[in-house]
Amino acid sequence: MQTQELLSIASQVRRDILRMVHGCQSGHPGGSLGCTDLLVGLYFEAMNLKLNSSNDQVVFNMSGLGEDVFFLSNGHISPVLYSVLARKGYFPVKELSTFRKINSRLQGHPTPHEHLEGIRIASGSLGQGLSVAIGVAQAKKLNNDSSVVYCLMGDGEQNEGQVWEAAMYAPHHKVDNLIAFIDVNGQQIDGPTEKIMNNRDLQMKYEAFGWKVLHVNGNDMAELQLCLKEAKNLLGNETPIMILMKTEMGAGVDFMMGSHKWHGVAPNDQQLEEALNQLSETLGDY
Amino acid sequence: MSIYTYETKKDTRSGFGAGMEFLSLTNPKVVALCADLIGSLKLEPFIKNCPERFFQTGIAEANMIGIAAGLSIGGYIPFATTFANFGTGRVYDQIRQSVAYSGKNVKIACSHAGLTLGEDGATHQILEDIGLMKMLPGMVVINPCDYNQTKAATIAVANFTGPVYLRFGRPVVPVFTPEDQEFIIGKAIKLIEGSDVSIFATGHLVWESILAADILKEKGIHTEVINIHTIKPLDTQAILESVRKTRCLVSAEEHQINGGLGDSIAQFLSTTMPLPQEFVGVNDSFGESGKPTDLMDKYGLNAVSIAEKALKSISRK
Repeated sequence: MQTQELLSIASQVRRDILRMVHGCQSGHPGGSLGCTDLLVGLYFEAMNLKLNSSNDQVVFNMSGLGEDVFFLSNGHISPVLYSVLARKGYFPVKELSTFRKINSRLQGHPTPHEHLEGIRIASGSLGQGLSVAIGVAQAKKLNNDSSVVYCLMGDGEQNEGQVWEAAMYAPHHKVDNLIAFIDVNGQQIDGPTEKIMNNRDLQMKYEAFGWKVLHVNGNDMAELQLCLKEAKNLLGNETPIMILMKTEMGAGVDFMMGSHKWHGVAPNDQQLEEALNQLSETLGDY
Repeated sequence: MSIYTYETKKDTRSGFGAGMEFLSLTNPKVVALCADLIGSLKLEPFIKNCPERFFQTGIAEANMIGIAAGLSIGGYIPFATTFANFGTGRVYDQIRQSVAYSGKNVKIACSHAGLTLGEDGATHQILEDIGLMKMLPGMVVINPCDYNQTKAATIAVANFTGPVYLRFGRPVVPVFTPEDQEFIIGKAIKLIEGSDVSIFATGHLVWESILAADILKEKGIHTEVINIHTIKPLDTQAILESVRKTRCLVSAEEHQINGGLGDSIAQFLSTTMPLPQEFVGVNDSFGESGKPTDLMDKYGLNAVSIAEKALKSISRK
């Protein structure tokens, strides 16, 4: 897909995110905006997804057998995942308006509990997604399924001990059908990660555990496309792949960038208008 | 003499190992994970028969639960195994989010539950695991009583779709249930028919309850003994049928009284048929080091205590 097409989808996804969190006056716009380019790049280009042969629409199977699967470990950026899944055709775009409201399948944090197409595990309590992704990757190997497992974590999430249990396990068990990402936006709730709990050198850490580590600017679509291609070429070499993805929280909306202020705060009416003015409505608002 | 006899004593964890051995040969979807305790969980035959279906996680239980959830997404039936303390309390949130709330077909199979772990002491003797697990919506909780029943339960939970906590132990205990007895999840088993008092027991205290019935028989008391191997879902029909006749009861478990089997029974009966109930279990304390039988005696988890509680329950009718 042309970079320009992906950027156009990303613009609509960013509008969805802002309108969703505004609609319920809660949720996490900052990280969602920062990871928009990655999720669009994955679902609209990199991932090999199962399609209905009669109409080329995506079809959801819990097992994810024979197709690439994605796991969101930092579940609080659910708005970006919901928007991308809906725009890809997993469920009606209109349903995005129910986000975080009562009787919705779009819970504050993603869950398969409400049977939302595209969601295979609950996340929200941090640090668990990488383990789950590894389990799915190992199941694929047992099933002789050569498709790929993707997993996104936050950089604040690296504080969790379970992440490092999983980091140790994957290279030991040669889980080489796995591409993981860390959203390195340098922010967590109480402030900059450097100040709250310094991750120091994530490349050195993951390499020491036995991962192949790549870097990418997560808000440069062309660079992301190249990086995802490179990562896929590196699969099957007995090593899992970790991509340290530098992003800007709030990317795409000037007044939301460069601070952790918009981690978990919804825009008011005026702020929403100001933000939407910076993003073109490419696919039609829900 | 009791109508129940036994020829051998075996540990329930060996029943689990035998069940897994059977599954290694009969169900290609079953996979096992273990956090550095293969010998304690008796997994050697399973690993020998199908090494590709075994995942050593090292001493990293949280990761083990997540990987098990992932394997279940891929269509496998994972048994995540370790000691009961590390497989429940230590990883409660992982089980809550990645298994129970996510509705995953993961079996958490844990040995060394309760006081009978013995000399290792309170750090390892979890007495809260039944409570922790039964509180999770949708979680099935099973505590079989002997080798044969643990083997049968292991095979039964593999054939059941949904999250299960299977709890068993370390010491050798009498093997008295029939080798070919079918294990039906949620279906209690009446062991002794009686009319004066009902004893509802689970796990290692089922045999002690049979012995208690012998003690009570000498006093002319007809005791009904029911094996509640499945704490959740509770066989409320079997409980109701029994207490409708006996009008009083005792619950017996190697677990805290708070949050255990007795708790579940009391909660049910309080809204259907409130009756005198006495509780045999650990009363809001931690365990300690010692020989398993000495510990069970000290904490009142034996036939004599069950018989005493039965008399008390009868006196409150």
